[in-house]
This record gives sequence, C-alpha cells and structure tokens, in this order.
Amino acid sequence: MHEAPSSEELLGSVIGFLNHIAAPQLSGQAAFHARVAANALALVEREMAQRPAADARARSLFAALLNDEASTLEALNGQVCAQIRSGQLGCDNPALLAALREITSAQLAIDQPSYSGLNP
Amino acid sequence: MTALTAALTRLIQTRFGPSAEVREMTRLSGGASQETWGFSLHVPEEAPRQLILRRAPFQSTAKGEAIGLVREAQVIAAAAQTGTPVPEIVHVCSPEDDLGDAFIMAHVAGQTIARKILRDEEYSLARPLLAFQCGEAMAKIHAVAPDNLPSDLPISHGLDQLDRYEAIYRGFSMDRPVFELALSWLRQHAPAPLPTTLVHGDFRNGNLMVNESGLAAVLDWELAHQGDPREDLGWICVNSWRFGVRDKKVGGFGSLEDLLAGYQASGGQSFEPKDVDWFQALGSFKWGIMCLIMYQAFATKADPSIERAMIGRRASEAEIDLLNLIEGRPHA
Repeated sequence: MHEAPSSEELLGSVIGFLNHIAAPQLSGQAAFHARVAANALALVEREMAQRPAADARARSLFAALLNDEASTLEALNGQVCAQIRSGQLGCDNPALLAALREITSAQLAIDQPSYSGLNP
Repeated sequence: MTALTAALTRLIQTRFGPSAEVREMTRLSGGASQETWGFSLHVPEEAPRQLILRRAPFQSTAKGEAIGLVREAQVIAAAAQTGTPVPEIVHVCSPEDDLGDAFIMAHVAGQTIARKILRDEEYSLARPLLAFQCGEAMAKIHAVAPDNLPSDLPISHGLDQLDRYEAIYRGFSMDRPVFELALSWLRQHAPAPLPTTLVHGDFRNGNLMVNESGLAAVLDWELAHQGDPREDLGWICVNSWRFGVRDKKVGGFGSLEDLLAGYQASGGQSFEPKDVDWFQALGSFKWGIMCLIMYQAFATKADPSIERAMIGRRASEAEIDLLNLIEGRPHA
C-alpha cells in the first residue's frame, strides 16, 4: 500500500551506493564483487520492468505455435521442448525460429542488454 | 615463512643448490581447487628468474574434465617439442616435494585480459597478427606425437562432448527450447570425425598470453585431450570470446581465413571456413551449459559468490549465438 520509496528507487539507491561509494573504497576481489553485485541489482531492476510483458509475449507466441490458448507459459515452454526433442518442431519451422529469436532477445535485454549477439 | 613457501624453498634448494632462495611469493589467482603463485628464484651469481607455481591443494581432486596438473605439465612439455609457444616447464612435482598436485613453469610476460588486448594501443600491432599466429600454434599443438602424451589422456570427439553436455543439461531439468533446437541441429549436421590429434580444449581469449608482437604463450591446458583438431579452430570463433568485436570472428581480433592460413602454413591440414562451423556451434552449446553448471555451483552453495550466480544469466548469450548460427546470420 505504501511505496515511498518504491522498490525501484531503493534498488537504484543501492546500485549507486555499490558503484560510487563501496567499490571505490574496496580493492582487489572485494571491489570486483561489489561491481558484480551492482550489475546483479541492475539486472533485477530490468527484470522487474520487463518480465511481465516479456512473459505475456512469450506465452502468446508459444500459444500460437502450439495452437493452445489455455496452458500456462511454463507448460507451453515444456511442450515446445518436448516437440523439438521428438522432431515435431525443428529448424525448418520459420514460426518456431522467429518465436525463439524474439523470446531470447527479450531475455537478453534483461540479462545482458549490451551483448553483441543481439544485433547480428 | 608459510608452510607452502617452506616446502617450495626445500624443493628449490634441492634443484638449484643450498643457496637458492624463493622471494616475492605472490598469490596470482585461483579458487578453492587450484592456486597459481608467482615468485622470484634467486641463485647466487645468476640473474633472478620469475617463475610460476601451479598447485592443487592436497585434499582436492580434479573436477569435471580437468586432467590434473601433472598431466597438464606433461602435455605442455610435449607441445613445446613441436614449437608451440608455451611456458617452459621447470619442474613437475612428485609426492615427496610436499606441494600436492603441482608444477613450476617459467613466467611469460604479457597480457591475457581480452578487453585490453582488443582495445589498448599497446597491442595495435599485435592484433592484425594474432589470428594467423593462433592458427600456427594450433597446427603445432595438433602435430604433437601421441607417444609423447600421457597414456591416459582422455579421448573425446565432438559427438562425445555433445552427449556429455546434453546429459548435464538433462540432469538440471531446465526446459530451454533453444538448447533443445541446438541439440537437434548439432545431431543432424555432425561431421564425420577426423583422425585424433592432441586438442588444447580451451584455446581462447583469457588463456592466450599476448605481448606487443602477438602471441607469446598458450596457457591453461587443463582441458587438453585427444580429439578432433577442428574443435580448437571452432572454439576460438565462439562469439562470447570476441568481447563485442563481433565482425572479427577469431577472438575479436582476426578473421577465420587468417586463422586457417596460419594453420596450413605451419603444416596443418587445409580447412575451409565451413569445416569449422559445426564446432563453433558445439562450442556455443557447451558454453551455454557451462553457464548453467556455474549457476548450479551457486544454487547448491558449492560456490556462493555473486559472480557465479551472474554467469548463470549468460546462458542466454549462448542461446542467441546458437540461433544466429542455425539461421546462418552474418558475423554469427
């Protein structure tokens, strides 16, 4: 009910503390891990902002691919894996490739938005 | 003096005389299972030598595919005989040396950090030479006579590795459609294996010591095995080792054509770029599963560091690279 400061504001503040106050005062492995910790929180920040829309989009892509509007994303994802394993879905299916590219790109936008593989 | 320095000093004095001294002992890197130390060897009336001690503490056993340090030293010594740029092996430890599984090698000056090698002015003359030089080094590695290798060095071809990494992936019970698709693609397109050679197994940025004139030494031989020579050629093309310089397929510093030209110039077989594609895709698949393995080490608290956890989130970089390869995108 009360969100002042919001989760986003708190995260941003901790990221700033790790990068600008803690890391410069640490050395060696500890300084390195402080920066990794800040990167981890930045990932969480992106995940909070992007995950709901990314999951909804993934669900609708897999639902169209499998012609199944009822199942959860987790169930659809498992089904896609099973059908690739059994050979029903494969590299010759443009809709599968397009769906996996879009879903993977959305995952990378959370995990590692600067990764070079995103823009081949 | 620590117990480690004391044991090292005893060994050094046995080898180089009672006046020999160990100075400036410095921990360079390593985790719980393996340590790397730098030190300076002082012998009267000789110039000091910078040496490296690599050791695994007594209780630890070699993990995963790692061959153990004694075999690693034997492989490095064998590779030196064909002219591969490697650190000179100074001593391979036996149990009476009291240092655990360990060896001592010469320190080779240079840089291993990819971001510096790919961007710093200091390496601007080295960068255009590196792909060709890596090809030359690989040809020399692949020319090592089997008789010079430890007799129990593992044999592992491309499909053996696919089987092993698939089993690891299945063991995690994670449903990742891109990895499923990559498995199916790799099985459909697997090339017939070539006659077995020594394979470095981890020939990439991070394990290459580079100086201003190029490749100074090939390091980290713990994944060495006998297998398909194309495995090394493909692994250095994996996009994850290009650190953002994706149009330079070989390590972010050079072209596959240069790598293959250097390979052939040093007596390696003549390969076409397409001969390497399957092994590059295998490499991206293996890297993706390695990311999950590192996440598992975090999840099971074997290594609770935040760094381990974050590497788990790099599995998606392998996934996009696999899709780019399967679809034949430029610079994949």
